[in-house]
Amino acid sequence: MNALEWLTQLLEGVVALAAAPALLGWVNQCRAWLQNRRAPSLWQPYRNLRKLLHKEVLIAENASPLFRLAPYVIFGAMVLAAGIIPSMGTRLPLVASADAIALVGLFAAARMFMALAAMDVGTAFGTMGARREMMVGFLAEPALLMVILVASLTSSSTALPAITEALASGHLGLSPSLAFSAVAFVLVLLAENARIPVDNPATHLELTMIHEAMLLEYSGRHLALMEWAAQLKLFNYVCIGFALFLPWGVAVGAIGPVGLLVAVPALALKLAAAGAGLALIETVSAKMRVMRIPEFLATAFLFAVLGLLVHVLLGA
Amino acid sequence: MITPLPKLLVGCIALLLGWVAVGLAGLLRPRSVRLAGRILFPLGALIGFALAALAVTSLLGGGIERMVLPIGLPGLPAHLRLDPLSSVFLALLGATAGGISLFAGGYFRVGQGTAPGLLGLQYHLFLASMGWVLIAADAYSFLLAWEAMALTSYFLVVTEHRRPEIRRAGLIYLLMAHVGALAILLAFGVMHGAGPLTFHAMRTAHLSSGWAAVAFLLALFGFGAKAGLVPLHVWLPEAHPAAPSPVSALMSGVMLKTAVYGILRVALDLLGPPVWWWGLVPLALGLFTILYGALFAAVQTDMKRLLAYSSVENIGVIFTGIGLTIVFAGSGMPAVAALALLATLYHCLNHAMMKSVLFLGTGAVLHATGERNLGRLGGLIHRMPWVAWLTLIGALAIAGLPPLNGFVSEWLLLQSFLFGDQVPHTFVNLLIPMGMAVVVLGAALAGYVMVKFYGVIFLGRPREAALEQAHDCGWLERLGLAWLAFGCLALGLLPVPVIGALSRVSAQLVGAVVPQTSAYGWLLAPVPGRSVSYGPAVLLTATVAVVLLTVLAVRLLFPQRVRRVSAWDCGFGALTARMQDTAEGFGQPIRHLFQPFFEMQRELPAPEDSAPRYRIVIRERIWTLVYEPLCAATEGLANIAARVQQGRISVYLLYSFVTLLVLLAVALLS
Repeated sequence: MNALEWLTQLLEGVVALAAAPALLGWVNQCRAWLQNRRAPSLWQPYRNLRKLLHKEVLIAENASPLFRLAPYVIFGAMVLAAGIIPSMGTRLPLVASADAIALVGLFAAARMFMALAAMDVGTAFGTMGARREMMVGFLAEPALLMVILVASLTSSSTALPAITEALASGHLGLSPSLAFSAVAFVLVLLAENARIPVDNPATHLELTMIHEAMLLEYSGRHLALMEWAAQLKLFNYVCIGFALFLPWGVAVGAIGPVGLLVAVPALALKLAAAGAGLALIETVSAKMRVMRIPEFLATAFLFAVLGLLVHVLLGA
Repeated sequence: MITPLPKLLVGCIALLLGWVAVGLAGLLRPRSVRLAGRILFPLGALIGFALAALAVTSLLGGGIERMVLPIGLPGLPAHLRLDPLSSVFLALLGATAGGISLFAGGYFRVGQGTAPGLLGLQYHLFLASMGWVLIAADAYSFLLAWEAMALTSYFLVVTEHRRPEIRRAGLIYLLMAHVGALAILLAFGVMHGAGPLTFHAMRTAHLSSGWAAVAFLLALFGFGAKAGLVPLHVWLPEAHPAAPSPVSALMSGVMLKTAVYGILRVALDLLGPPVWWWGLVPLALGLFTILYGALFAAVQTDMKRLLAYSSVENIGVIFTGIGLTIVFAGSGMPAVAALALLATLYHCLNHAMMKSVLFLGTGAVLHATGERNLGRLGGLIHRMPWVAWLTLIGALAIAGLPPLNGFVSEWLLLQSFLFGDQVPHTFVNLLIPMGMAVVVLGAALAGYVMVKFYGVIFLGRPREAALEQAHDCGWLERLGLAWLAFGCLALGLLPVPVIGALSRVSAQLVGAVVPQTSAYGWLLAPVPGRSVSYGPAVLLTATVAVVLLTVLAVRLLFPQRVRRVSAWDCGFGALTARMQDTAEGFGQPIRHLFQPFFEMQRELPAPEDSAPRYRIVIRERIWTLVYEPLCAATEGLANIAARVQQGRISVYLLYSFVTLLVLLAVALLS
């Protein structure tokens, strides 16, 4: 019984690790189709990772051990986060130790390490990226937490699987408070994963970039880990969205062969839809000026607070 | 009846006297750094650890010990009492002061204003008076100790009294301390009614609800001024940078908590069961303080000022917790009140540890470089690895990251906020989600502040050539830092025993404990009837396991070599250390976003300037809006009153004569 739960736990992590690059590949494919370009292969992110892993590592002379430690910490945090989010089953033993607040904490830890590592070499772009990332983070992180807290008020628990179970057993359709939260969540997802309109994942134009600016000094396997961690982060965020707003298909209780048969295709379907949706949003919106980002995120934060207020007022 | 000797209380008094003795011993050879640094401060540290051990014993025992010492006013001997609430704060005092004293042993050098022996005396008297505040059980000895604490810390703040800005900071501190003390005095005056001045009499006195509210608000003002609650926080950013770093650590880590102790003692113990709406005042002020402190911390350029504002923010968190406790306790929800109280107490312990680490870290940096301005630091992780890595623990902890200690209290506070929708007052129900939003925003801003603080000081390239010669701190300093960093880790990883011990206080003050319903000892599951839990030890183990596995797998499978080259920086090449973000630059988004908060003076260079100069000065609006008018009004009143003073004896004789006439008239007429 317990072994099965740990197996589910392991499966969550492994699936996330394996599927995260594919999700990014899928988003890129959809974007290319929407923009009338020839799409890269779905497997392109894997090829990139493989290429980077086989390359020699170049490190700036004045980089400290923190710089070399950071990719592993960030990657580890993202893998662990994937284990806490119920993407296929809700019986995850690790969740007893880390609820949704701890999950946000893990993301915050990854962000802080990334910003610190970006400042470590002491380049103008690195510090600029760190500053902008923290600017995005200090608004996005509370917005995410507020979204989760709304859902946890509904289900009297801050553990994500418990929230998912409570929501999955309820009626279909979103309650008003969750609808506000969903809007906030989508905005946060865009910002946190360096997507358009907040950041452009494809840019290397120095003055507009955030996420890429922090990775400039990384190379080889370190860069591969950072890229993979970013893909995992996107995967994790999308799965948080599923857990909060689209909980169907997830196996409630211990996952068995039957549950797996439902859960895996359901997850694949939801990921495909979400990826296409993300590509659509990115295609129809333009990149914002950097100083407009706080307004964007403040909107997200306000929506989340509004969701909470609506919950308290209407009790729904 | 023979009462058994209160062993722990006697031990506690003996240890406090031990601190006094250690301080006095410094006077034997006041100029000797060796005596003070190598013998007295470590001895003081040992006393601190002993005090912490004793306090923990008392806390776990859960008993209350009383004692009356025949000293003090005639008819009012000194009443002393050791109960769970005192014990928690004594443990905090002992454990934190122990680490700080170790550091101080290596820190104080010759030629810093006050002689080391005298400094040691002030320092240890400061410690002893803080301890006395915590065990005093009558208003007289409490206020006596409170004043001793204010005075000794004033002298410590002005250690480098030859510099005018430090004298000014000291004056502001002294003023605020006394305005606060006055309010506390008045609060005690209201509370004791007609009875004696002992705390016991105050507990049993029956105040009308109006007077009880007056007493509470006076106490909130008085203790709030000491703690640094906005708008009474103005002394903090002045006094903390002025004081030597161990003193800043002590003031921020421990002294602010004595004010928290005071307000808890008054609101939840002496005044009897609290009224729910009292809690709204500290709640609202606390929330505002969080935001205010975090925003100002983000735009500072002086590293110790930054930490001072960060202390303001954390005091906001603590007062938010106090407010919630009172609201819940007054609304008949003792179990949730206990949860909020635990979050408050836990945050006090956490903040003592992590802020001490950070202040001591800045002290070490200050010694090594002579620089407090963030804009002239950088790259110190290479020169001072011990300080850098130990400070990193403090910085990550104060940013509220799991599995360190800052996260635990934040988590507890959020859990208690989640019960806010069950308070039987609709208005509060609406307020509490807002409160939660501010708390999480504050936590995220703390992360911003800490990246700035740590990144600018320790990472990047040295911004000045002189930094290349910086040296790491000595072994006593390392030991002190390591102890406090260890405290951050331990409080973060072992919340269950800590909560178990702190529950004695919640049982004493709000009459409820937080049940440990979890079947596993390592899981913190403090909320009855809800499946929430947090297990930092498991989380850390899992993280370490995943990270190690990743390192092993990547290193084994892809063992490509690592080559050191010059920084890439988009191939830009001509890179200088000046091109990194300065402290001003890093705070720019916050300055831009929250412009109305700040009063800014800018000097921006024009394109054709031959000697371009960029300068920005940020002040608090509160000075121009509140304090400067207040000062002007006080001065005006004083000038009017001064007209009476003519300096001629004939005029004064006339005053006496007129007074006599008036009194005679009054006597005759009545």
